[in-house]
Amino acid sequence: MSYDLVVIGSGPAGYVCAIRAAQLGLKTAVVEKRKTFGGTCLNVGCIPSKALLHASEMFEEAGHGLAALGVKVGAPELDLPKMMGHKTDTVSANVNGVAFLFKKNKIDSHIGAGRITAPGKVEVTAEDGSKSTLETKAIVIATGSDVMPLKGVDIDEKRIVSSTGALELDKVPGRLVVIGAGVIGLELGSVWRRLGAEVEVIEFLDRILPGMDDEVAKQAQRLFQKQGVKFRLGAKVTGAKATAKGVTLTVEPAAGGEAGQVQADVVLVAIGRKPYTEGLGLQDVGVAVDERGRVAIDDHYRTNVPGIYAVGDVVIGPMLAHKGEDEGIAIAEMLAGKAGHVNYDAIPAVVYTQPEIASVGKTEDELKKAGVEYNVGKFPFTANGRARANLATDGFVKVLADKATDRVLGVHIVGANAGEMIHEAVVLMEFGGSAEDLARSTHAHPTMSEAVREAALAVDKRAIHI
Amino acid sequence: MATEIRVPTLGESVTEATIGRWFKKAGEAVKADEPLCELETDKVTLEVNAPASGVLAEIVAQEGETVAAGALLGAITEGAAGAAPAAPAPKKEEAKAAPPAPAPAAAKVAAENGPAVGRIAAESGVDPASVAGSGKDGRVTKGDMLGAVARLANAPAQQTVAPAAMRAPSAPDDASREERVRMTRLRQTIARRLKDAQQTAAMLTTFNDVDMTAVMELRSQYKDAFEKKHGAKLGFMGFFVKAAVAALKDVPSVNAEIDGVDLVYKNYYHIGVAVGTDKGLVVPVVRDADTLSIADIEKQISDYGRKARDGQLKIEDMQGGTFTISNGGIYGSLMSTPILNAPQSAILGMHRIEQRPVVYKGQIVARPMMYLAVSYDHRIIDGKEAVTFLVRIKENLEDPTRLVLDL
Repeated sequence: MSYDLVVIGSGPAGYVCAIRAAQLGLKTAVVEKRKTFGGTCLNVGCIPSKALLHASEMFEEAGHGLAALGVKVGAPELDLPKMMGHKTDTVSANVNGVAFLFKKNKIDSHIGAGRITAPGKVEVTAEDGSKSTLETKAIVIATGSDVMPLKGVDIDEKRIVSSTGALELDKVPGRLVVIGAGVIGLELGSVWRRLGAEVEVIEFLDRILPGMDDEVAKQAQRLFQKQGVKFRLGAKVTGAKATAKGVTLTVEPAAGGEAGQVQADVVLVAIGRKPYTEGLGLQDVGVAVDERGRVAIDDHYRTNVPGIYAVGDVVIGPMLAHKGEDEGIAIAEMLAGKAGHVNYDAIPAVVYTQPEIASVGKTEDELKKAGVEYNVGKFPFTANGRARANLATDGFVKVLADKATDRVLGVHIVGANAGEMIHEAVVLMEFGGSAEDLARSTHAHPTMSEAVREAALAVDKRAIHI
Repeated sequence: MATEIRVPTLGESVTEATIGRWFKKAGEAVKADEPLCELETDKVTLEVNAPASGVLAEIVAQEGETVAAGALLGAITEGAAGAAPAAPAPKKEEAKAAPPAPAPAAAKVAAENGPAVGRIAAESGVDPASVAGSGKDGRVTKGDMLGAVARLANAPAQQTVAPAAMRAPSAPDDASREERVRMTRLRQTIARRLKDAQQTAAMLTTFNDVDMTAVMELRSQYKDAFEKKHGAKLGFMGFFVKAAVAALKDVPSVNAEIDGVDLVYKNYYHIGVAVGTDKGLVVPVVRDADTLSIADIEKQISDYGRKARDGQLKIEDMQGGTFTISNGGIYGSLMSTPILNAPQSAILGMHRIEQRPVVYKGQIVARPMMYLAVSYDHRIIDGKEAVTFLVRIKENLEDPTRLVLDL
């Protein structure tokens, strides 16, 4: 078979790239190693975790939230298999959706491991070992990322699990220890805490959510602690011993010092993800990778080998599905002779805990480091009428704007539905808007989004409701 | 007797507009010069004023419709202007079709730039259409507006278009023989930009003359073959653009501009060629002229000329020039001092070619001569550089072989 484009990987970057390319008239094929499409995100990442996050949140709401609103339901009972069933249904609906979209757009799919044997040639090895070769004008590598292993803590997906195993536990662990206070650790830690586990998070750095705004991280940590999550910061896990009863972790202070032991029923390793390029044949065709093993690309997603491109988690930048999707669209458009573009200054990031944490643009730290003068506008949800009515007063909105031009440089939200509220800031920033532009845009009352506007007003020290 | 309401000239390169809204309903009384409706173009939002007093009899183009410059919008009939407003519409259907009139004093600022820009425009009087936008698709941001306001404050008393003092009234006898015409947007833009350039740059002009014999001989020898092969006439402009590009390469500061405390040297050569149209002067840009042949350049220029005449020039056709050539010679100019096309730092003026007595090889002979002028910004270009630049152009034209050999 001969194609205009073969995409290796059908995660958000790959499948979106394939669909956009097909829309633009390129004869397109996708190579996928899994039996289902959608990659990590749809199969063992974003989507199943959101199913469990929502379900566990409802469980917690029924147990602890409803009474305060005058709704008596008695103690809720957990039906974990049913909850997992909801997760599985959600995943299948989504992966089947991608299969349908491929058919609709006449994209050929080849199930098997893809390997680039030469520019323009992709060899697909099916599960039964049979091989076929696809000929193509262009190859897009969208193979995504894999769990970053931790030395001394070997993942068996039973006692010591990665995010994949943490989505499939067959019973609620009595004590869950999460290694890594990043997005994945906090989300999955939240799921099992809500369902009854005692959760402790161990983090190497002296803060949670590295990369996010300091103040946001501090506030989030306080809120999680209030919910019962324990944090052990500035600590390093150097070893793990799994027994039939549980796991014993060896933990020592990151700064050095006496090692101690931590007991757990289940350990979740969530220290990050690494680019996945195994078996792709990069060395054989001479595709360069950078010092962190990411496929090296230029501004136009070109690798050093003509005709081979790469997008998504496997290249530089935040490992976010939507970042990969946008890159997939951009490269498809470029390959079709159009002007594709991703604005890396306006990519939102969301932590789907309760409350949610969402941000776009620069943090205060980043602005300070870059020597940019800025104004801060902040508004707490305690002063928002809708938040009070919803008993969702945790959190705040923070708007950072350039001191001279008032252009919004970053927005950070801790609060219920922060992940939905962040997008007005994304659109604003995409258009180079100022805090005043945001402040002068009418926000419906009563909504939590009014807090976003109030924070924008607060940049000019003229918030109304505080 | 009905007076037609037509779409006015929309400004530089803009050929069509969308009706934003009508401030008046059909049947309402209007006074001369009262705003009737709002037109939105790619660049600006402007109001159409009533050409006469009377009653707005008819609205032909409704809200949301796209209209070309000169298109009919509606008509005003003579009638009870200033008298009791003509309450029931004479034509019921139009009255129904027309939208409710909003408060006419309200925001007439282009909403697409965002509310903060609108506020600053209203408070400062700075027209966002006159500000270069740094936002998405060229939108003006609050920062752009604040910058423009600050520049205005730093350069006091220079708003050029509106004269500060009231014009002294003309003698009654003369007043009746005067005609007052509102400047078109294009004219206003030209006025503002030229004055800005004068205000900003330390501008002066250096002159030289050039013996056009060689170019003219080349032209008469090859013009038929050239036209047959390339389908474009072999004019002078191709030679001048090529000669200028060669000289720009030799004297890079002429192709540079000042940006704050930085100098921006441009290693590309986009040459603006001033073209007169019946509505005013426009300057389309021949991009990457260093990579084009004389034939390509001639073709582009004649193409631009045609587009300019038909009002088809696009905004992007006129953006990004690094140097400009203005040919006053076609109108018979002997000598002139052109004004810079800001933010460029120099402009070449061509003039008429005429037989003049010159000393050539020890003899006084008649040769086809042209004066050349280069106006330049002395802040960035030294006198020596400007003169060298002009001499290089002169040499290239007097001996076009140099262009071929890249000397």
